[in-house]
Amino acid sequence: MSRDTMEAAGLTFLERPNSYIGRSVPRPNARRLLEGRGTYVDDVPAARLAHVAFLRSPHAHARILSIDTTAAKAMPGVVAVVTGAELATLCTPWVGVLGHFKGLRSAPQHALAVDRVAWVGEPFCAVVARSRAEAEDALGAIAVAFEPLPAVVDMETALDPATPAIHAELGDNLAFERLLDVGEVDAAFRDAAVVVEETFHFGRHTGVCLEPRAILADWAAADGLLTVHHSFQAPHMMQDILCKHLSLPEHAVRVICKDVGGSFGIKVHIYPDEMATCALALMLKRPVKFVADRLESFQSDIHARDHRVSARMAFSDSGDILALEIDDLTGIGPYSVYPRTSAVEANQVVNLTGGPYRHQAYRARARVVLQNKAPTCQYRAVGHPIATMVAEGLVDLGAARLGLDPFAIRERNVIPDDAYPCAGVSGIKLEQLSHQAALAKLKAMMDYDALRAEQAALRARGIHRGIGLAAFIEITNPSAAFYGVGGARISSQDGCTIRLDPQGGVVASVSVTEQGQGTEGIIAQVVATAVGVPIERVRVISGDTQATPYGGGTWASRGAGIGGEAAWQAGKALRANVVAVAGAILQLDPGRLDIRNGAVVDAATGTERMPLSELGRIVYFRPDTLPPGLQPEFVATRHYVPKDYPFAFTNGVQASYVEVDVETGFVRLLKHWCVEDCGTVLNPLLVDEQIRGGIVQGIGGALFEHCLYDAEGQLLNGSMASYLVPMAGEMPDIDVVHVVSATATSEIGAKGAGEAGTAGAPAAVVNAINDALRPLDARVARQPVTPDVVLEALGVI
Amino acid sequence: MKAPDFAYARPASLDEALALLAAHGEDAVPLAGGQSLVTTLNLRLSAPSVLVDLNAVPGLSGVTQEGDVVRIGAMTRHRDVGVAEIVRARLPLLAAAMPHIAHPAIRNRGTIGGSMALADPATEWPACCLALAATIVLRGPREERRVAAEDFFQGLYATALAPGEIVVAVEVPVPAPDAVWGFDELARRRGDYALAGLAATARRRGPGLTAVRLAFFGLADRPVLARRAAAALEAGDLKGAQVALADELDPPEDPGTRPETRLHLARVILGRVAGRMLEGGRHGA
Repeated sequence: MSRDTMEAAGLTFLERPNSYIGRSVPRPNARRLLEGRGTYVDDVPAARLAHVAFLRSPHAHARILSIDTTAAKAMPGVVAVVTGAELATLCTPWVGVLGHFKGLRSAPQHALAVDRVAWVGEPFCAVVARSRAEAEDALGAIAVAFEPLPAVVDMETALDPATPAIHAELGDNLAFERLLDVGEVDAAFRDAAVVVEETFHFGRHTGVCLEPRAILADWAAADGLLTVHHSFQAPHMMQDILCKHLSLPEHAVRVICKDVGGSFGIKVHIYPDEMATCALALMLKRPVKFVADRLESFQSDIHARDHRVSARMAFSDSGDILALEIDDLTGIGPYSVYPRTSAVEANQVVNLTGGPYRHQAYRARARVVLQNKAPTCQYRAVGHPIATMVAEGLVDLGAARLGLDPFAIRERNVIPDDAYPCAGVSGIKLEQLSHQAALAKLKAMMDYDALRAEQAALRARGIHRGIGLAAFIEITNPSAAFYGVGGARISSQDGCTIRLDPQGGVVASVSVTEQGQGTEGIIAQVVATAVGVPIERVRVISGDTQATPYGGGTWASRGAGIGGEAAWQAGKALRANVVAVAGAILQLDPGRLDIRNGAVVDAATGTERMPLSELGRIVYFRPDTLPPGLQPEFVATRHYVPKDYPFAFTNGVQASYVEVDVETGFVRLLKHWCVEDCGTVLNPLLVDEQIRGGIVQGIGGALFEHCLYDAEGQLLNGSMASYLVPMAGEMPDIDVVHVVSATATSEIGAKGAGEAGTAGAPAAVVNAINDALRPLDARVARQPVTPDVVLEALGVI
Repeated sequence: MKAPDFAYARPASLDEALALLAAHGEDAVPLAGGQSLVTTLNLRLSAPSVLVDLNAVPGLSGVTQEGDVVRIGAMTRHRDVGVAEIVRARLPLLAAAMPHIAHPAIRNRGTIGGSMALADPATEWPACCLALAATIVLRGPREERRVAAEDFFQGLYATALAPGEIVVAVEVPVPAPDAVWGFDELARRRGDYALAGLAATARRRGPGLTAVRLAFFGLADRPVLARRAAAALEAGDLKGAQVALADELDPPEDPGTRPETRLHLARVILGRVAGRMLEGGRHGA
């Protein structure tokens, strides 16, 4: 049946009878997880299981002169003590570069450091023992002699000629540089009525998952199979990389990612300790498990942000943005992280800064430098909160200078909703965004004028409240343009296989994965809708390289938009197969049949013709009664990858209302609003919770979270007591509404929603703080905005 | 991380507990609520060979009033201290401070005696005890002795507790009828250790205050009774009291907050707490 015919019959994605699309269907795994019946890596049983603990560098940079493992090997319960040099015989090193980042450089990195350690927390020796406690006991018995080397800590001086290169073979500490120069930037600044500038600092922080990184590797020599249970987002990527570095063929590695307790991008990278765990399982021919504890999580999970951006913006006297210039410097640790590289965040900053606006002159420089701290890489909303803060901070400065209202200056400058498709000034291709509609909706939902009046009234009483806005764009649904074109074997296509069972139940296996955000719930909704069965009859399998189609997994807000479309197409294909068989049995034109609520029905009237259970009985148990030549195929697989655009950009605008205690420097979050446009909203409950969770993580970066290092490169706050994650008590109520600009690149029309909250929240909050401080002639531009930062801005300390 | 191996004893009497501590010397550590000790074990910051669990020792918990003194058993949980009828009626400062101690799960488990023995300089109970002129009751193998809170806290995690001694109770004099009190603390998140905290008591005298006791926490290596600031306040000189704090407090170097900020915050909360006390109220934060 052609799409036109289907549309005529009312069978498009949004119009299916008994559709679950757009409904807040509870996700099927929520109850299981709530009842404590999840299977996280640490819950996986294994006979003869051994535990590994790692000796990690206490120095930011040091040469390893000697390692004496004799005493450790004699400790109770110890199975093996393995150094970097010993492990390197099994696991080859890697280099985190990609072909499309011209000039990106890094150095070979080993699963366990050999000869030299380059950040506090880098693993260089492993103890495998009967228990984790015994492994830790033995760690204490390893004698290591170090020769401390000069540590490169401050990214501002990392490129100074006097600063030694962390990797001598690279000559200096510049890993990557990107320059972009579009339009007449110098002329625009020269002729501008107003130029504003600011230097923004973004503190290094990390993603804190409820379940820390964890991996259990089991080499079954008789099967020739390495089974890896992994708390991870991209099982097929992990399989491919394990094959490459452990010299195994693809069929010899199975990666299972069952329940994953949060990821946020933390669990999509190759970690030395996890590769070492797999290599140790091969070496020892028994299952080996590693579960990161909190201290090692803070020391060894990827960090993110850590940017300094000097920026300026030119305006006409009527408030038009004429040009934007930014200079971004970011420190990424001693290695570019494999295989996605650590150049992506800076690259995103260049691509995204000022993205909502229609100025035609833009100059950007991004420099990515190496330093002796934990490596940074992609974490939720990669680059977005930096890009959004820089542009939105400058827009507010411009508005203040020009005497314009923050809403008015944004309404004036955003790319109009009727201008699409078009390209942003950095060259990004935009299919359809809705900045104007979003601004209008936000202004109404927050009752902006009343809020301004309240702010003024309270100001007169010495209460300093502020309102901050942040318009943003978000990259979602990435095609191969993200990684594949650069040579990374990371799939951008995903698949779904759906099987109809005899009683009318449906099993869908998908290559996108679930980490707590509800991917499986979305897939179940789409499959139930596409096939025509009650959602209770749908089981979803994800996170198993041996049981699902090949695909990329879940990252970059791609699960629903890409995996969902694959599921829709597979469901449609299965329904067509089933209806064809039913037509043959019923001697009716399949084009006049549909499947609804678990039964084959007359498409025009909805009259039931045959329940799926009857069809299943005939097909599976009495195929002898089928018409000759008819071979039913009650399994269908479809794959999907976006092709029309490299990315599906989304947009939105957030607002924050805060109160600043100008005596203490404390900021109280009173309220937060978000209008966003992710195209088709498949499940409002899940989308809104993605937005809210993202906003909370954004607020974390804006006000609380900071990986603090001293001048020697020691991490100062590696615990949940001193690294402050945002907690419920400090969070405001968050209102979320949507504008829907469905993407025409897929039938379901869904774009991603996972990072929009994090993209815009910091800028909204910081702009609100500055709005509160403006009458006091103070402003902040350093995140996290701690009491220190506010009191310094006020000149109190 | 996992704790190193240790032995565990659960004595059924105080004498038995004291005997175990005596027998094992410095290798033994009493276990009360475990909210700090177990963390240090898991982080391998301490490695005692024996934990002497006090949770089965009878008679160590509960709040009673004996004449002009409220006696709080050392094993009384933070939450139970704060909600006890006697505390709410006689020692409202403690009731007001309790919700600031960490989070409910910790308050349900941690004990006031454990808090005294640990002497974390950023916690609420030690400062409250200083403000209330409490006495810490200690039992050793041979004797029971009483130490004034002012003499008990001697430095960072350092107290007058001698090896082999156990904190058995905190005794707090019942405040006079004209007593007022104040409490405030500033923490980045609800339940965090205070950046600056103040527990204060005083007696009203005319429009002013007398017998002022200002116990600051989170502002030095121990809770600090700021005597010069108190004297200035008694003289009606709030500004002088705030200035005096520069010499009386020694805010720690902390990666997240500058010492200057903590000192400034101490002055701010002194102003706020003093203002509330001068308004005549028995007011908390």
